[in-house]
Amino acid sequence: MGEVIVVTSGKGGVGKTTTTANVGTGLAMLGKKVVLIDTDIGLRNLDVVMGLENRIVYNLVDVIEGNCRIKQALIKDKRYPNLYLLPSAQTRDKDAVTPDQMKMLAEQLKEEFDYILLDCPAGIEQGFKNAIAGADRALVVTTPEVSAIRDADRIIGLLEANEMKQTHIIVNRLRMDMVKRGDMMSSDDVVEILAVDLIGVVPDDESIVVATNQGEPLVGSDCLAGKAYMNICKRILGEEVPLLDLEAGNGFFKKLGGLFKKK
Amino acid sequence: MSLADLFRKKSSGNIAKDRLKLVLVSDRANCSPEIMEKIKNDIIQVISKYVEIDLEGLDIKITQTESDGNNGTVPALFANIPIKEVKNKN
Repeated sequence: MGEVIVVTSGKGGVGKTTTTANVGTGLAMLGKKVVLIDTDIGLRNLDVVMGLENRIVYNLVDVIEGNCRIKQALIKDKRYPNLYLLPSAQTRDKDAVTPDQMKMLAEQLKEEFDYILLDCPAGIEQGFKNAIAGADRALVVTTPEVSAIRDADRIIGLLEANEMKQTHIIVNRLRMDMVKRGDMMSSDDVVEILAVDLIGVVPDDESIVVATNQGEPLVGSDCLAGKAYMNICKRILGEEVPLLDLEAGNGFFKKLGGLFKKK
Repeated sequence: MSLADLFRKKSSGNIAKDRLKLVLVSDRANCSPEIMEKIKNDIIQVISKYVEIDLEGLDIKITQTESDGNNGTVPALFANIPIKEVKNKN
């Protein structure tokens, strides 16, 4: 029986889709059978981040409305044979789907897949309600900014009210240099404020922009963000992985400088 | 505030954290700034009947406090109202 994970945030633009693509791909790399569902009906994005935009025939709404079988709508990933995408509809509204229908779809997919990842739209309206309906656990993505954390807090409240079994936060786009000089909240600050367990910290990394440009998830690659995403995947599988040293990429001289700067 | 704090400018990260904490307290208590403003005005009105208060030093807010029953925290109305003078009733 598979597990359904919703990736959500409240605020837009904090990295839900990038997180879904990378965590999903990472779980597939670790040998799990994974399907990613883009639940952002009307604003389709996950397909381009995955580089699968040219292969879409059917979409989520087609499946829900019975225009095709689930198997027909699933797009097989280019790189990993055990990774699939169910794209969202671009020309429909969020109310084309109900939470009960999403729940049923998730139940069906659970029989076939180990992990079902739902990329949730921004906001707390219908699209959000659809996305969380069938989920067993939630990953709340936030950046270390006042607005994103405030929205994450609201989302966490709503997840609790909907009796989500497990909720974790991912602090995205952290800049260690800014944290060090006191101009950015640290991941510890975010955890203290939100009072929810952390499952990973992803540094702000140019490689993500490059990877997204190319439609290639970067999980598992040698850059810091790639390592951070892979660690999140391992933690989802229940492995104990220590938090990444986000300054590791800074080079010898910077580290040497750091020694003299301050205790 | 410690002596060191006097000489150090507050970092923007800490400012963000403090602002966020305040916003979240009222978010979580489901209490809008308008309602806070009304509560504040009503309190001022009532207290002013009996004493003259220092409006500049007035501080009324919703904070978190340890609850007596379980171990969690609950929202509480915190009011610090400096009194200038007690009005003499004749």
